[in-house]
Amino acid sequence: MKLKRHGILVAIAASTLALAACGSDNTSKTPSGDTSSAAKPTIDCKTGSLTAQGSTAQQNAMAEWVKQYGQSCNGAQINYQGTGSGAGIQAFTANTADFAGSDSALKAGDEKTKADARCTGGQAIDLPMVVGPIAVAYNVDGVKDLQLKPATLAKIFSGAVKTWDDPAIKADNPSATLPSAPIAPIHRSDSSGTTDNFTKYLAASAASDWTFGNDKVWKAPGGQAAKGSDGVSALVKQTPGSIAYVEYSFVQAGGLTAAKVQNGAGEYVALDPTSAGKAVAGAQVVGTNGDLSLKIDYATKESGAYPIVLVTYEIACSKGNPADKLSLLKSFLGFVASKDGQAKLGDIGYAPLPDTLQTKVAAAINDMA
Amino acid sequence: MSHTSLTTTPVDAQGAGGGGALPRGRRFGAETVFRGAATAAGSMVLVIIVAIAIFLIVKAIPSLRADHESFFTYQQWFADSSPAKFGIAAIAFGTVLTSALALLMAVPVALGIALCLTHYAHRRVASVLGFFVDLLAAVPSVVFGLWGRDYFYRPVSDFAKWLHDNFGWIPLFGSNGPYGRSILLGSIVLAIMVLPIVTSLSREVFLQTPTQNEEAALALGATKWEMIRTAVLPYGRPGIIAAVMLGLGRALGETIALALTLGAVYNVSFDLLGPGGNTIAANIALKFGEANPTGRSALIASGLVLFAITLVVNMTARAIVYRRREFTGGAA
Repeated sequence: MKLKRHGILVAIAASTLALAACGSDNTSKTPSGDTSSAAKPTIDCKTGSLTAQGSTAQQNAMAEWVKQYGQSCNGAQINYQGTGSGAGIQAFTANTADFAGSDSALKAGDEKTKADARCTGGQAIDLPMVVGPIAVAYNVDGVKDLQLKPATLAKIFSGAVKTWDDPAIKADNPSATLPSAPIAPIHRSDSSGTTDNFTKYLAASAASDWTFGNDKVWKAPGGQAAKGSDGVSALVKQTPGSIAYVEYSFVQAGGLTAAKVQNGAGEYVALDPTSAGKAVAGAQVVGTNGDLSLKIDYATKESGAYPIVLVTYEIACSKGNPADKLSLLKSFLGFVASKDGQAKLGDIGYAPLPDTLQTKVAAAINDMA
Repeated sequence: MSHTSLTTTPVDAQGAGGGGALPRGRRFGAETVFRGAATAAGSMVLVIIVAIAIFLIVKAIPSLRADHESFFTYQQWFADSSPAKFGIAAIAFGTVLTSALALLMAVPVALGIALCLTHYAHRRVASVLGFFVDLLAAVPSVVFGLWGRDYFYRPVSDFAKWLHDNFGWIPLFGSNGPYGRSILLGSIVLAIMVLPIVTSLSREVFLQTPTQNEEAALALGATKWEMIRTAVLPYGRPGIIAAVMLGLGRALGETIALALTLGAVYNVSFDLLGPGGNTIAANIALKFGEANPTGRSALIASGLVLFAITLVVNMTARAIVYRRREFTGGAA
């Protein structure tokens, strides 16, 4: 058969193409030389292996931590797969993951009860670990410093405001010259914690203009959709007049422009790791018995705080961890929550945990058994 | 005729194959074992299909019970919310529409390529071209998806704008933008992916046309085009239909390329140019990672619908091929 004769050539060509595809999807800007030359963090090294999976939003952070841990410690194997928060929680509950990454804390009810059942003598706890700011990226010719109130954002994404020179946008940007071009709002086509947190923000801070509540899927009518944060940032670049919510690291990697967003104190704040960290500092811990799930104050009055942030958690057992995993689990998560572990996050599109919270997380990890 | 040596093969095979020369009544061990093994392999297909069907049905039932909207007419997909609301209407419609459009674009071109390879092109050129067609079939669909998403959207958007400017009065082209991820883009990418399958199969079929039929047509004074129309195409018809159906199967099940190039909008609309389009397979890929138990079950229910659609398509194809075989059997 002709097909068979050409099989090998075809396979080679196909694999070359597949490799090329991988390249275009790579968005993490890990400064590789930088990390190894810096003073190695002090880690209480343990050996063994850990398997974890879940949120893709913290995947880049996890990759960085696993790399650093591996550079300092021998004999430890840690594997984190970005399968999505839902899949991560399911794997944790089914005892196939030692801990899970999730974009939201375990929901009270079925999800929490089932996860608790795995932790003999304890409970499943949410440990806030990675702060991922959500940027409002836009692509409008000639508009540099777009400023938006929460209500204006809600009107744009719900489709109530349709053109860039709408009075609502003008009111927020008195000095800018806005074109009369139509607005093309972009949302995620896949279920995503980013969508959940962004809509949570809109529902909390602009309740009268955003009536769609919060969910992992986009519920407002109209607009365009793209798959994944990389898809959204590509579509923003392709579409003049577009505006989208996207994780901060993709704004940095994709060279997009992000809008300033007004916080509860009435300031328009630009997004950077410091301003995002301030919003988390004002968050309130609502979990009990070592659980540290947070309630973020989206209308924070803290000066200089950027209000739209996503906190992703590690979900682990407070008690009842397998004896052969426990020491490595505590060692790795302890490093992740330490100042050294959090310090690198700013470079790769996340924000470090604020000090007060970091102390609490470290204490909770120390108590694990 | 440059293809005499190739096209005579089936005739030889017919002559040699019809033996039925195995001795009857003798039941040696090896004979029974082989027969058993072959039968087991054959029935394996049935077992797998039935197992898949049972799995889909069992897993789908909980979500269908939890659905607060009509599964068949509701257009949105909020399966993870409580109360869960989801329906198959928009994505099933999108699946059928994109596949039909892709075939509409791919089949004529594929048949043209196949005829060119078998009847027009020089033999060496044909083998090189044939190699490239096979190569196209080996490109992974995620590559097509990313290519469509990041590069191919540009000419397609320009084309969409041109269509709207000139033929905007046709409702299909009514949208005035933004032109990006659309049914048009998705179905063109899909057409390119289906192309090599339909081409390869119909090329094989055209090569099988009995030489005496072709020579008879030419001897009666037919031009080359008339010969193809009267001898090659009628003989190949069942094969062409089978090729198209295989291509349709690929189109219906295509996942990641469409998840990347369609607009992922949940509505039933014939608007080809604006942001829109979604398919069952793409929806599963987009929603599975973050789905809760009800959501997963709902996605499996949508998989069951896709399974049913594919089954109906294949059965229709079988029926057509079976009916046509009687005609061509007489002709050959």
